[in-house]
Amino acid sequence: MTEENQTEVEVKKQEKDPKLLKQDHDFVVPGDKIVTSIEYLPGRNCFRDGESVYSKRLGIVSVENHVLSVVPLAGVYNPMMGDMIIGEVEDVHTSGWFINIDTPNSAYLPLSGVRGFIRSGTDLAKIYNVGDLIYAKVISCTRQGISVSMQDPRARKLFGGKVLNISPVKVPRLIGRQGSMISLIKRKTGCNVIVGQNGVVWIQGEKDTLVTEVVNKIDREAHIEGLTDRVEKFLEANLPKGFVPKEEPKNEFDAPSEGNYENKGDDSDAY
Amino acid sequence: MILRNQYLVDIALTGKRLDERKADEFRKIIIEKSPLEKPEGSALVKIGTTQVMAGVKLDVKEPFPDAQNEGILMVGAELSPLASPEFERGPPTEDAIELARVVDRTIRESHAIDLEKLCITEGEKVWMVNVDLHILDNGGNLVDASCLAATAALMNAKLPKYEDGKVVWGEKTNKKVPLVCKPLTVTHVKIGQNLFADPTEDEESVATAKVMIGTKDDGNICAMQKGGGDGFTFQELEKIFEKSVELGKQLRKQL
Amino acid sequence: MKRLDGRKPDEIRPIVMQAGVLKRAKGSAIVKLGRTTAIAGVYGPRKLHSKHQQDSNKAILKVTYNMVPFSTDERVRPGPSRRSTEISKVIREALESAICLEEFPKAVIEVQIDILQAEASTRVAALNAASIALADAGIPMKDLVSSCTAGKIEDTYILDVAGKEEDVTFCDLPVAYMPREKKITLLQMDGDLPVKDVKNVIQLAIKGCETLYERQKQALKEKWVGDLEDTAKALGLSNISGGKD
Repeated sequence: MTEENQTEVEVKKQEKDPKLLKQDHDFVVPGDKIVTSIEYLPGRNCFRDGESVYSKRLGIVSVENHVLSVVPLAGVYNPMMGDMIIGEVEDVHTSGWFINIDTPNSAYLPLSGVRGFIRSGTDLAKIYNVGDLIYAKVISCTRQGISVSMQDPRARKLFGGKVLNISPVKVPRLIGRQGSMISLIKRKTGCNVIVGQNGVVWIQGEKDTLVTEVVNKIDREAHIEGLTDRVEKFLEANLPKGFVPKEEPKNEFDAPSEGNYENKGDDSDAY
Repeated sequence: MILRNQYLVDIALTGKRLDERKADEFRKIIIEKSPLEKPEGSALVKIGTTQVMAGVKLDVKEPFPDAQNEGILMVGAELSPLASPEFERGPPTEDAIELARVVDRTIRESHAIDLEKLCITEGEKVWMVNVDLHILDNGGNLVDASCLAATAALMNAKLPKYEDGKVVWGEKTNKKVPLVCKPLTVTHVKIGQNLFADPTEDEESVATAKVMIGTKDDGNICAMQKGGGDGFTFQELEKIFEKSVELGKQLRKQL
Repeated sequence: MKRLDGRKPDEIRPIVMQAGVLKRAKGSAIVKLGRTTAIAGVYGPRKLHSKHQQDSNKAILKVTYNMVPFSTDERVRPGPSRRSTEISKVIREALESAICLEEFPKAVIEVQIDILQAEASTRVAALNAASIALADAGIPMKDLVSSCTAGKIEDTYILDVAGKEEDVTFCDLPVAYMPREKKITLLQMDGDLPVKDVKNVIQLAIKGCETLYERQKQALKEKWVGDLEDTAKALGLSNISGGKD
């Protein structure tokens, strides 16, 4: 779900192949046969049985250079290495934190995934406590579990703000091609908006109610063409005339506000 | 135990079995008739290492409102914790309930017991036949062993004395429970693409699907139940039906 | 031959299938076969709290079949019964092989089914509803599972045994079927029939499953494509763009 979708490579309209039982953009349910031909490869959410390729999710077919995949219309977040996600600290252990990222199993943030020096014997709850919200990077996801890390320039603890949950399958549309959609929203409203690949959206700023409406609109209309234009018009219609954001929203890539854990306070109070 | 699982699958895929039986061969069956005195009928059935004790208790009850002139049949099963480390005491588990209900269905649907003959006074008093299955040792294929035990116990069950509206416990009459046929089940499991009759516990643990077929003396099918996550194709079922009827005939001879 | 309720031998009662009828559940569906009404909701895959039930290789599937107290002529006592426990088990086993459980180790997928009105073949209606609800929840599956009963009255094989027919049929045989893999995943039978007849009854039931399979797909399409088209229409557009803009 990461690069392939975030950047959304421009796809040329392909000639319809009569061999395809389901064409590009067609609706499929699990078990639907898409093609009987070894010329096509099964991609995401598809599988091969014998010579045929079938869908295994409810969604919309996507044909790209003889690779068949299904863009799901529903389902839970499927973590991928490199994804940036928003999670809530669920439990503090002796050597790390368990983070709820809205997947069947919690993610783990080990001590080694935190920036800075942490003295031994530190109360880890002083770094991240239960209930804290973090923007973190998925560094590994295996069948054994998911690990996240704060060792990324974008990663940070999120203070205040409003949290929304959208369907994870709609996240690529909210971010837009090379971040176009999210930049548009941030630029127009002056709000700080961070989108986790897991469908959690964090909004902070004066116009957060409007942003909430826009995000819900995208969640609803994600698969209908001309989304960016509609969102732009919607924003213009709903913002006061001549509205100029007080300050430019922070870029996601800005250095984090958390400092180094070393040399903070005296010994007894040190992390 | 853990390492053996893959080995079991591997040899099952070649169509062989760990105990060198043929795919459609039952283990050695021992049927002990009336091993107990207290119940009106009882039987101990051993299929290989599996041991099931069946007891039949009779009592006089009021008939069900929708069957005023018919006796009542009840089948219960308990997976005793002494039979397997996986069994626990407490309310009946899903497996115990399924076991009891499959045996119940096989006996009921085959009309093996002439329930009308168990009526004492229409609408007031009828005999109630309680068949309780107690699993003593789980070596696999509990359903076939249980059904065999239930039928064997019913065959030798005798009605207790009934006088002045009361059952006189301990005094059995010569009247038997009216049995018109001998219903039995035959279980097959599927491992890979191969089918095996009378699975052992190990085979059951690696099987992906299981099907129990209840048959009667005349070769008719009277109950079926599929278990396990996988499915069967129609062709596989055709083969299973044929084998089940044939194996049922062989089993019936041992009763 | 005309049947007691006027149907043809191979005719199923009026079918109503609708996906996405509940808001809170991840996926849901309602299925009506004549008066028999089943509603199913799916939660998960989500965390399985009890550690000893977890499977490190795959998700576990939990199915609960429940009769609502007012679903029959005589009030049903609430709570699990021997019958509902058994039906929950066979429904679970009918669905298990269709779902890609291995994609969610240690998790649980829960399917809750309530029978709102019971008039024969409740397990079949329940299973059809559960299958739609699972797909509606976006759970990866290798196939949908369809289910239908068949039986035999006198010399006629009948599809979808219902109502008074239950008292006169020689057998009541529910089947669940995965149409793509051609596998039978639920098979039960009450009755007394020779092998030849049993085979014919199964084949008729499979035919019924195939009919219901098309209706299940249609129900999902109606919900998802219908939704998209409605929104698009409201916006004065006609195209659904899939994953691309």
